[in-house]
Amino acid sequence: MKERLYRSLQQKSIALTLVVSLAPLLILGATLYHQFENTCREKTREQISYRAQAQAEAIDLFLKERTAILNAMADTHTFQHMIDTQNLTRIFEVMNARAGAFVDLGIIDNTGTHRAYVGPYDLRGRNYIDQPWFNEVMIKGHYKSDVYMGFRQQPHFIIAVRRHENQQAWILRATIDPNRLEEIIRSARIGRTGDAYLVNQQAWILRATIDPNRLEEIIRSARIGRTGDAYLVNRQGVFQTRSRFEGAVLSKANLDTRQFGGRITVIEMKDHTGEDCLYAGSWLNDNKWLLVINQQPLELLSRLFALRQMEMVIITLGVLGIVATTIFTTRLVINRLKRTDLEMIELNAQLVQSDKLAALGKMAAGVAHEINNPLAVILQKTGWMEDLLEEEDFQNCENLDEFQKSIAKIEEHVERARKVVHNMLGYARRMEPRQEDVDVNDTIQQTITLLENHARINNIDIQIDLADSIPIIASDQAQLQQVFLNLLNNAIDAIGSNGSIDVVSLREDDRIVVRIKDDGPGLSDEMIRKIFDPFYTTKEPGKGTGLGLWVSHSIMAKMGGNIHVKNNPDRGAIFTVEIPIVIPEKK
Amino acid sequence: MDYFSILVVDDEVDFLETLVKRLQKRNIDTVGVTSGEKALETMVNKRFDVVILDIKMPGGMDGIETLREIKRHQPLAEVILLTGHGSVETSIEGMKMGAFDYLLKPIKLEDLMVKLGEAFEKKDLQEQKIRKARIKELIRFPGRVFQQEKEE
Repeated sequence: MKERLYRSLQQKSIALTLVVSLAPLLILGATLYHQFENTCREKTREQISYRAQAQAEAIDLFLKERTAILNAMADTHTFQHMIDTQNLTRIFEVMNARAGAFVDLGIIDNTGTHRAYVGPYDLRGRNYIDQPWFNEVMIKGHYKSDVYMGFRQQPHFIIAVRRHENQQAWILRATIDPNRLEEIIRSARIGRTGDAYLVNQQAWILRATIDPNRLEEIIRSARIGRTGDAYLVNRQGVFQTRSRFEGAVLSKANLDTRQFGGRITVIEMKDHTGEDCLYAGSWLNDNKWLLVINQQPLELLSRLFALRQMEMVIITLGVLGIVATTIFTTRLVINRLKRTDLEMIELNAQLVQSDKLAALGKMAAGVAHEINNPLAVILQKTGWMEDLLEEEDFQNCENLDEFQKSIAKIEEHVERARKVVHNMLGYARRMEPRQEDVDVNDTIQQTITLLENHARINNIDIQIDLADSIPIIASDQAQLQQVFLNLLNNAIDAIGSNGSIDVVSLREDDRIVVRIKDDGPGLSDEMIRKIFDPFYTTKEPGKGTGLGLWVSHSIMAKMGGNIHVKNNPDRGAIFTVEIPIVIPEKK
Repeated sequence: MDYFSILVVDDEVDFLETLVKRLQKRNIDTVGVTSGEKALETMVNKRFDVVILDIKMPGGMDGIETLREIKRHQPLAEVILLTGHGSVETSIEGMKMGAFDYLLKPIKLEDLMVKLGEAFEKKDLQEQKIRKARIKELIRFPGRVFQQEKEE
């Protein structure tokens, strides 16, 4: 019943402690788990978006630089000067020395004829009048093409700029698409005089081909990790540079460019492997090209996952630690509680026993008084009868002997009753403990000497183990001896014959403890409960009054000490006498 | 011991009568009374060597009160306390107040006689001491009359 209560208490305590201590930890862990992932995903989007922007700016800058160089060359040299192959070669060398990435350089007149050319192909004399880009450059003044194969059958793109020289109004007007022209004119109409140069000036085109590998080099730097990719596609979704995983130049990308709006757009969709992938797109080159940078977020989040795993490990270890500590400490507390409860129960039992003995003592004293007075009368009456029998008249009486014997028997039994009552009131006449210097070890030795013969006759060995550290105390030696004598006598009686008694003395805090252990049959629970009660005896009738242990208990209680008994786990009983240490006053 | 004079004080009449008779049979001058008050009255007219006094006497003066009064009026009379119960504390209190000793009832007459003998010896010694002191005083201050002698 009690055990179930402890178990229930332990379970409740463990559950409550675990809930209180684990709840914050788990909530914190879960919050960190999700918040961290959200933050990292956001960061990844920002990162890929930033990379796309930076890369787009770099490409834009690249193209602008090339366009600017081309413009500068066109503005600083005349048509006649440039159609000279030697001059053009020199200009081409200067351009490549300053900026690089130019594959070739050519001059096209307003008829679309390639008038001069420096580069690896023989393109001189070719006519581009029908090419869409020619119209565009004539209208807009500059042109950057998509990547295409062209005459040379190699992927490339071109930049072309237009130059006006002398008055040749007919050329441009004849070759321009009217719809586009209208559009260009409208956009070019910056002020009231904005459209005059189209009719007044002769145009020629300086055309340069850019090495797309350089562009790819710039883009490739944006490819990060195992899954990162970066490439350019045009509005139709055709690769302008090689993709790392998804296709070659001029092949069709599996990408709908309409999903990407102005500036930088980040979208999430499945990539060619079917994994979730972040795509960041940025339009450049007059929105003709889309720079795409894609990356599987899993790869970018791999460090997060490692951190998260570490967090899980730490939380798991923390949980295990808390659980183990909670169980350990709760068990410790419950065990201590059990021990304290047991001690309390024992203490209560001792108090009950003391109260019982005190009540019995009072009753015994009252009974003793009531018995002693009649006994005193009987004894005096028999004495008187003896006195009378001594007179002459009775000396010749036939039954004188019988009278005297009867009187002697009465006196004998009065004496027996007197002894019982005297024992009940205390073995010694002097019940108040005296205060004298007592060596407990000496007292034990003396008591054992008194009983040695008795023990030897019964073949009982008395072993002594007395501690040296026991001080001389202020106590009553006679009474202590009485207690030891009672206990040793009982031990001998309990053994009967052939056995041993161990007598041990030791100091425990402010008490001297004397243990008397026998290897007799031990005590039943009932005997342990009643052993200090007056008149309780297990000895044969007439052999014991049942007062010895009661008196011993009273003596020890008066001294402020204690006496208790328990069974030896092996065999027999152990009586323990606790004597308070009172240091004698200096004389 | 016919020069003994003993007063026995006990409320238990049977005990008192028998003890008195037995002591008288041994030629001891013995008077028995059943209460403290009667004891004090008796002692007004007669000096006793030893008083045997029961401690517990219900109603009227108890043994301790009686002892106090006896010691006030006849300081030289030795008092042996008798007790039928285990109130040893009371007996010890009595000893402190000047009782010679105490005995637990029931007591054998032989044991009582031994105790009486000891008490008488003590009283005798006390009286001898006082007598010697008086003689010394008389030698030093001839004609001086002692207060106690006047009372007597």
